[in-house]
Amino acid sequence: MDFGLIAQHIANGLMMGLIYALVAVGFTLFFGVLDIIKFSHGDVLTWGVFTAFSMYLLLTWMGLGHPVVILVIVAVVAMAAIALLGAGIAKVLIIPLKGAPPLNVLLITLMLGTVLRESIRLFYPDGANPKHFPALLPDWSYSWGNFTLRFDNTVMLISGLLMIVLVQLLIKRTKLGMAIRAVSQDEETARLMGINFNLVVYITFALGSALAAFAGVAYGLYYNEINFNIGLLLGAIGFSAAAVGGFGNIYGAIVGGFLFALLQTIGAAALPFASAYKDVFAFGVVIIIMAIKPTGLLGEKETERV
Amino acid sequence: MKSSKILCLVLGLMMALAATPALAKDTVQVAFIGPLTGGVSAIGVGGRNSADLAVRLRNADPKAKYKYELVVLDDECKPNAGVQVATKAAADKKIIAAATQYCSVVALAAVDVYHRFGLPVIVWGAVHPGITYGNTYKEVHRINGTMINQNEVAAKFVTGLGYKTWVLLYDTTDYGKGMYEYFSKYLKQNGGKVLGSFGVNADQQDFTAELTQAKKLNPDVIWFGGLTPLGVRIRLQMDKLGIKSQFQSCSGIISDAFITGAGELAEGTIAFREGEPVEDLPGGKWFLKEYEKAGYKEAPDAFGPFAFAAMNMILDGIEAAGPNRKAVVKWLSNIKDYKTIVGQVTFDDHGQNISPAITKYVVQDGKWVPWKSSEYASGKRKLKNR
Repeated sequence: MDFGLIAQHIANGLMMGLIYALVAVGFTLFFGVLDIIKFSHGDVLTWGVFTAFSMYLLLTWMGLGHPVVILVIVAVVAMAAIALLGAGIAKVLIIPLKGAPPLNVLLITLMLGTVLRESIRLFYPDGANPKHFPALLPDWSYSWGNFTLRFDNTVMLISGLLMIVLVQLLIKRTKLGMAIRAVSQDEETARLMGINFNLVVYITFALGSALAAFAGVAYGLYYNEINFNIGLLLGAIGFSAAAVGGFGNIYGAIVGGFLFALLQTIGAAALPFASAYKDVFAFGVVIIIMAIKPTGLLGEKETERV
Repeated sequence: MKSSKILCLVLGLMMALAATPALAKDTVQVAFIGPLTGGVSAIGVGGRNSADLAVRLRNADPKAKYKYELVVLDDECKPNAGVQVATKAAADKKIIAAATQYCSVVALAAVDVYHRFGLPVIVWGAVHPGITYGNTYKEVHRINGTMINQNEVAAKFVTGLGYKTWVLLYDTTDYGKGMYEYFSKYLKQNGGKVLGSFGVNADQQDFTAELTQAKKLNPDVIWFGGLTPLGVRIRLQMDKLGIKSQFQSCSGIISDAFITGAGELAEGTIAFREGEPVEDLPGGKWFLKEYEKAGYKEAPDAFGPFAFAAMNMILDGIEAAGPNRKAVVKWLSNIKDYKTIVGQVTFDDHGQNISPAITKYVVQDGKWVPWKSSEYASGKRKLKNR
């Protein structure tokens, strides 16, 4: 038993799991307030990472200084821009479709995802080719045997977990969070209590999308390579993670995200077949879990969603 | 008076009609098919420009019998899209011949279409042996060599450098699997030892699990069989995990996009490709000069000269045999010691060019440099683990 190797697999899995969990939390937030599945969420993430990349190019072109300063500006701008995009999508597509069959929303957001993805491929300069996302965090690392702990990964992991905790605190402890929870439990009563329903929906979509942008920046920093297509699989995985954890439950989304990463790692490292089948394995296990427990691992509490 | 006017008019018209063929040449359509979008589009666009250059130069030649029109189609490096555009080109009777495909997976799927519709094609970049040797289609030819030649040379070369152990990663498309099959076969023949091998998905993003396993095996070399986007990801993620092995790949990553994508980490990567470096060929410098003169925005990239040579040969065929598919197929089947800018071409009975030289490349200062003229060969720089 090589502990260095196991530790390395765990570290890799945690980073992937964090990115999946951040995407899954978005899915769960949207489902919580409106009972809808927004399938363009993965491609919103891609827009986030490309906004960050463009901002980085702009700042370096302007000759702006320190990588960490650049990173903070890049991340904040990307999150703000994508929050606006998320709220815009809610205003233009989601709210007007309220009351329509859920299948319509699913289809429309699926198509929106294609539009978002293809628009990068076609209109972003050289958008069809992979881009080299810069390493903006110091690349210090320590090695023990087969285990290499990277400083940048540790920072990303901690800040990602912090981000999820902040969202959770926002929902549980603030007035805004109370409004979101009220809307998610009973829209009519919430309206009667004087809560601005539309505003709550916009804010929730902005919040989920900003998280996706954050996940996108983490993705770029982790892999140092981005392309127009990254959102497709991330969206599918984020959705599955939210489903397997239990829609409408933030803890479920987190559990689902890390579980999916764990399954992929096992699929690639521990099972005897070619690692090309690791996604097949991970999705296969998800199918089995969903068949056994259709409401997801942590289930959906009827009384308290989100 | 009236009748003489009519006579004049008729005579005038007859003269005009008689003069027309001498003034305007018949237009003949030829096609180029390659990946113009997607991860390997840099190569496809370079190929398209090069094929376009061949057409432009021919149209500027007063001795040419026909005026040529290039139809450009994007196969996206995807078999389904490739079969669609191949059918579009092959079903269009106005198109006489085509220079087709960089991606082996697409070419393997499309050759049946070319055969069914009788469209003569010359493959300009795809290297899977099955494209020519997997069938007896007389319409299908290939100007570049196959991955068999490439891997034979590659295995001999790297074992000759003194490397002993390998971990092999390959994408599970026909292209990646073919590369893996031939490279591991020749590697074993030359005494190389494979410590582990991983088949990966062609659009996989995360390789940390596979590379963590590879790191534990601690090979001298990590070899990758596949195309540029995955090559970039694997090289970057090797560094993330602190892997110090030498990185080796195949013709699939010899593109400018690999160097832009991998940045400084591309330095010292070795790979192999069919054909001599274009600069070293008699027509190479001339090609590069003409390409520059034509003012294309994008570089010809690694396979541009092959696309140029393939298209030029098609145009020669149409000039010689006439704008007729069957006649062009017949003309191509007799090609022997034919001079092109990528060297002499002789097609065997499967339409395969049997005289492909293989060039060894290494990335030096952000460029693919032929090994023999690199500082790595002269001993000024050292590859990893050497």
